[in-house]
Amino acid sequence: MLRLLTLYLFLGLLSGTPAYAVQPLPVVASFSILGDLVHQIGGDRVSVDTLVGPEEDAHVFDPAPRDAARLAAAKLVVINGLGFEGWIDRLIKASGGAPRLVIASVGVSSHRALIDGREMTDPHAWQDVSNVRIYARNIADALISIDPEGGNVYRANLARFDAELAALDDEIHAAISAIPSERRKIVTTHDAFGYFALAYGVEMIAPQGVSTEAEASAKDVARIIRQVKSEKIPAVFLENISDPRLAAQIAAESGARIGGKLYSDALSKENAPAGTYIAMMKANIRELTKALMP
Amino acid sequence: MTGFSYLYDLLITPFTDFAFMRRALVGSIALSIGACPIGVFLMLRRMSLVGDAMAHAILPGAALGYLFAGLSLGFMTAGGLIAGFVVALLAGLVTRVTILKEDAALASFYLISLAGGVVLVSLRGSNVDLLHVLFGSVLALDDNTLLLLAASTTVSLLALAVLFRPLVLECVDPLFLRTVSQSGSVSHFGFLALVVLNLVAGFHALGTLLSVGLMMVPAFAARFWSATLDGMIAVATLIGIFSSGIGIVISYHAGTPTGPTIILSAGGLYLLSILFGQRNGLILRVLPRKHLAA
Repeated sequence: MLRLLTLYLFLGLLSGTPAYAVQPLPVVASFSILGDLVHQIGGDRVSVDTLVGPEEDAHVFDPAPRDAARLAAAKLVVINGLGFEGWIDRLIKASGGAPRLVIASVGVSSHRALIDGREMTDPHAWQDVSNVRIYARNIADALISIDPEGGNVYRANLARFDAELAALDDEIHAAISAIPSERRKIVTTHDAFGYFALAYGVEMIAPQGVSTEAEASAKDVARIIRQVKSEKIPAVFLENISDPRLAAQIAAESGARIGGKLYSDALSKENAPAGTYIAMMKANIRELTKALMP
Repeated sequence: MTGFSYLYDLLITPFTDFAFMRRALVGSIALSIGACPIGVFLMLRRMSLVGDAMAHAILPGAALGYLFAGLSLGFMTAGGLIAGFVVALLAGLVTRVTILKEDAALASFYLISLAGGVVLVSLRGSNVDLLHVLFGSVLALDDNTLLLLAASTTVSLLALAVLFRPLVLECVDPLFLRTVSQSGSVSHFGFLALVVLNLVAGFHALGTLLSVGLMMVPAFAARFWSATLDGMIAVATLIGIFSSGIGIVISYHAGTPTGPTIILSAGGLYLLSILFGQRNGLILRVLPRKHLAA
């Protein structure tokens, strides 16, 4: 009897699928960049929530009850993988939901790097546009398998987005090759640009012995100036020196330009220069060009 | 000879190599010349904690200036000066017309000012940048900031020369001053204004809280070396200058944050003075006093 009832209920749900189809597919992305990729491919058929929103730091993410509720409601959860979201398994388990989990970086050839002083797999693979083309395909495959009805929409969106990514890739290569090759190097405390450096041929030199977290000491500042002078580095991008007066001091004394903001782990708010993945990469390339062009 | 060149590398080379080191030294020397004599008067008038209270009162004014106009030397200076003067005047007024004593009146207004500042800052969202700014950066002194430090020291020395007699009288015999002259309250407010001026200037280099340290700690140390006011002022200023130099050099070699290292150096000299000071130093007290009695 109970089984029969369940069957009826189930059939009832099935008969409700036409209504379900207009209801967007609830998808959760772990951080803002993935959220944008899902949005590009899913279009109106999906509603994307991001756990780590724009201008937030995935490294210090502190899940709120709200996040567990989003996960519990999600049909699909998209994460970067490569160790970027150490907290995701526990969070999904705690949320009580059983969403499909897709790792966007599957198929990307990863490399190892020094992140915060420890050697580990570098998770910031999206800084190489050709990797994001793989991300996009993975996301499209997952959406198609969960929502086959929308397959044509997803495939069309993927084709359009993939063409945009290919154009972006070419644009970055062109922008970098416009910079004289001996000037293609910066000193930066960012450790998120390993893939970018490999893919596009910009040398990223970490300031030796400078901690990214602590307040800069006289020793740190002297080291940066000395290094920039001796290696003739045209530009310095500093994360930890947030005091613009200090940055100006370093620029004046070393002769290097001080670069503006490079986006690494998070998009900016929608109206700001890096509201989407493509806009973010373009904003970064603008900053790099501005700092490195003679 | 090698010892000499070693010392030269240790103490002089950092300054010949780097302009930011020279600027830090010049700025903190200017600050010591202005603030240390003020510290001696504060100590002798048993107002050692007034500097601290004033620093807290200034902080919100400078923060407001920052929120209003960004990292503007003029606005932050004006904001700090106004907040400091207002608190000093209100505290003076309450002391005269109500039963509250000066310490209570001052404490109440600086706490109100501080709390109001914290609320205003949090209304504007993120205060991470603001924290950096409020803690000052002795490594980032640009031309305008150096000029401001020099100007404040000049004004402060001239005003101190004018106020010297009444201030000395008020230190040794405030009742006598009141019977012979009406200038007591004028000199009192003039003096508080000098305290505020020096703390605001110091705030650009060391931050409000640490600039109190450069004002007071050398004065305490000087107490152990001289019995006369002139002597104490001279010794306090020398100790201020000396600890600035030591602090900057230590920060250069050891990689410690510069501002706190300067104050710690002054603190070290203070502890040495307690032990070995000519006047009332602990060691001299314990030693047989034959040569002193003779």
